Amino acid sequence: MRGVSLLAVFAVVGALNLDTLAMGPKLSPGSLAGKAGERRPEGAEGAIVGVFRLIAEDRVAAAHAELDRLLAVNPNFRLAQLVKGDLLLARAQPIHALGNAAGVPEERLNDLREEARARLLRQRGETPKDRLPRYLLKMAPQQRHAIVVDTSRSSLYVFENRDGVPHYVTDYYVTIGKNGTDKAREGDKKTPLGVYNVTGSLPVAKLGDFYGSGAFPISYPNEWDRRAGRNGHGIWLHGTPRDTYSRPPRASDGCVVLTNEDLEALSRRLQLGATPVIISGGVDWVAESDLSRVRSSLEETVEAWRRDWESRDTGRYLRHYAAGFSSGTMNLAQWAEQKRAVNAGKTWVKVKVGEVSMFLYPGAEPLAVVTFLQDYQSNNLGNVMRKRQYWMRDGDAWKIAYEGAV
Amino acid sequence: MTYPSRAVPGLILICFTLLLPTSARADDFQEARRLFQQGSYPQALERVDAVLVKQPKDARARFLRGLIFTEQSRFPEAIRVFTALTEDYPELPEPYNNLAVIYASQGQDEKARQALEMAIRTHPTYATAHENLGDIYAKMARQAYDKALQLDASNASAKAKLALVKELFSTRASVVAPVKGTIPEPPVPSPAVVAAGPVSPVVSAPAGATPPPAKPEAPAAAAASPPPKAGEASRSKEPADPQAEVLRALDQWVKAWSSGDANAYLGAYAPGFKPPGGQNRTEWERSRRERVVKGKRIAVQALSPKVTFAGPEEAVVTFRQSYQSDTLKTIGSKRLVMVRSAGRWLIQREELGR
Repeated sequence: MRGVSLLAVFAVVGALNLDTLAMGPKLSPGSLAGKAGERRPEGAEGAIVGVFRLIAEDRVAAAHAELDRLLAVNPNFRLAQLVKGDLLLARAQPIHALGNAAGVPEERLNDLREEARARLLRQRGETPKDRLPRYLLKMAPQQRHAIVVDTSRSSLYVFENRDGVPHYVTDYYVTIGKNGTDKAREGDKKTPLGVYNVTGSLPVAKLGDFYGSGAFPISYPNEWDRRAGRNGHGIWLHGTPRDTYSRPPRASDGCVVLTNEDLEALSRRLQLGATPVIISGGVDWVAESDLSRVRSSLEETVEAWRRDWESRDTGRYLRHYAAGFSSGTMNLAQWAEQKRAVNAGKTWVKVKVGEVSMFLYPGAEPLAVVTFLQDYQSNNLGNVMRKRQYWMRDGDAWKIAYEGAV
Repeated sequence: MTYPSRAVPGLILICFTLLLPTSARADDFQEARRLFQQGSYPQALERVDAVLVKQPKDARARFLRGLIFTEQSRFPEAIRVFTALTEDYPELPEPYNNLAVIYASQGQDEKARQALEMAIRTHPTYATAHENLGDIYAKMARQAYDKALQLDASNASAKAKLALVKELFSTRASVVAPVKGTIPEPPVPSPAVVAAGPVSPVVSAPAGATPPPAKPEAPAAAAASPPPKAGEASRSKEPADPQAEVLRALDQWVKAWSSGDANAYLGAYAPGFKPPGGQNRTEWERSRRERVVKGKRIAVQALSPKVTFAGPEEAVVTFRQSYQSDTLKTIGSKRLVMVRSAGRWLIQREELGR
């Protein structure tokens, strides 16, 4: 017996390769070796993927050493323990797949296999260097970061705001709801898809160990969710219990779960009430030029809306509103009636719009969430408020489907 | 989850006339060994110490001393003895193997692993060390799985039970019976030395509580006819020939093993089969089913089988067993005592790794 049989070792990585075929392009050990290592050389995930790479290259001793280093730092990294078990067992008997523990529920092995697959898939992803999620049309100046979650890739991406243009910073492995995405009902154990923001921070002292190093609630259900009759509450970004380094890709009750170290790193970037969290079932990455085209058309439209409001020509103003408009309390007819009544008493109106953010809403329908600080002044009334509008693409034009105070 | 315990090979009782220049010392040593086998450890120790006073470097006496300490659970002393042997005779795998057994019994798996790797470094084909190493790796794997799946941690603390080697030079052609006047080869350890000449039937003395194996009556009956090559046995055209029948049974057993047909494999054993090492039958069958599985790439061959009859219903088959899997390659001697039951030859007793 000299070392571990090649065949047995390839079973570990090979099993993953075959299974990932169904989910995307073929992953050969070679491509794994080339791509994975370059993208994320550090961190626990970089290490475990490095181990897979070493196994694929038949450098078993190096893989062992790397695993031991990884486990010395993260002894609760269960996936790494599983791979270690396989490498050891391969020296005692042929193994055929990732996870060869006998006499345990297959479900628990499958959870770890899923995690391995998810982490490998993440490493094969497009490097978001020169491309951006199509959702990030415009960040408000005060928004230092934006977060985009791609549930199909078990990934949370962090973007930094540089003069309104998002720049990729890092990404993390995340766990989402047991039953997947598109949350609709209380208790459906799904993760919502939409544009949200971080609303608060729950003190660790008040949380159970289950939430790990912290919890940040997000604004589900938002205006659009409520309009669609979605309910439920308590969707958080949170950490991981102490007894495990990470959780399987689909295991939460709908929350987005990070490892404690990742959550701690992320929490330093979060601004309560400001940081957008966009959760998508599959992110489209587009060139900045594509983003700016959509951004310009939307900016022009919002500017037209602002000018039309200042013109006190209610008809011109109302052309920006969709037939299905709702303010949450008023439909389009009621809204129109109220605006006419208000405008009748105005001799002048000045509207300033600032701190604008614009995000496309995940999903098939073209929908944009525009949030801004509105400074309204008129001959008899003035106020400053933060406002949110949901603009829906109607043919060539953008129309407001919802408008309300934030 | 209990860890499948390894079959401990029966005590090997073949006398080595090796390293016994004087008959007086030989007598002392034999006496010490006899006492050890009887379980009279303090007396055995006294005798061994007497031998060592005269010949402090005597490897076999020191080895026996280590065995006595091991049996007495005087592990630190046993470790010292075996460690010293590995230092003085780094080419001998047995002391490494037994060190590993003690370390494993104390849960020091990493040390056990290192010792076994050393045993294999000196003797790449040393089957016992390979099997022990396999068990250590399997156990370490199990611990990792327990952590991966958060299973009851008490499982992880189960000790691996490895096979203790009770004879120095056990890797050598140890099935050679002590024929008077024959001087065995010098104990230069070399990989996979297997007896080249015709193999005589083995005469084993009782080992501990194990019942004595069938005693072939006429050694001359051995290899009465030219031994067929492995694989040819089943092609024999003489169904009435008991030797051919035995060889056919052997062939079927080998094929069942190689193909991972656990039912056929276990079906080759007689109802009265005594699993080695005092394991009970159920335990043994379970551990065999774990190893004899379909889809596993195993090639087992029985090379140069020789049949001796101890009676019309009882035969002793000796052969060189070649075992090859994805992870393990061994060649060793094997001895099967087979009994005829309802027209079939079944394995009553199986001895390996000698």
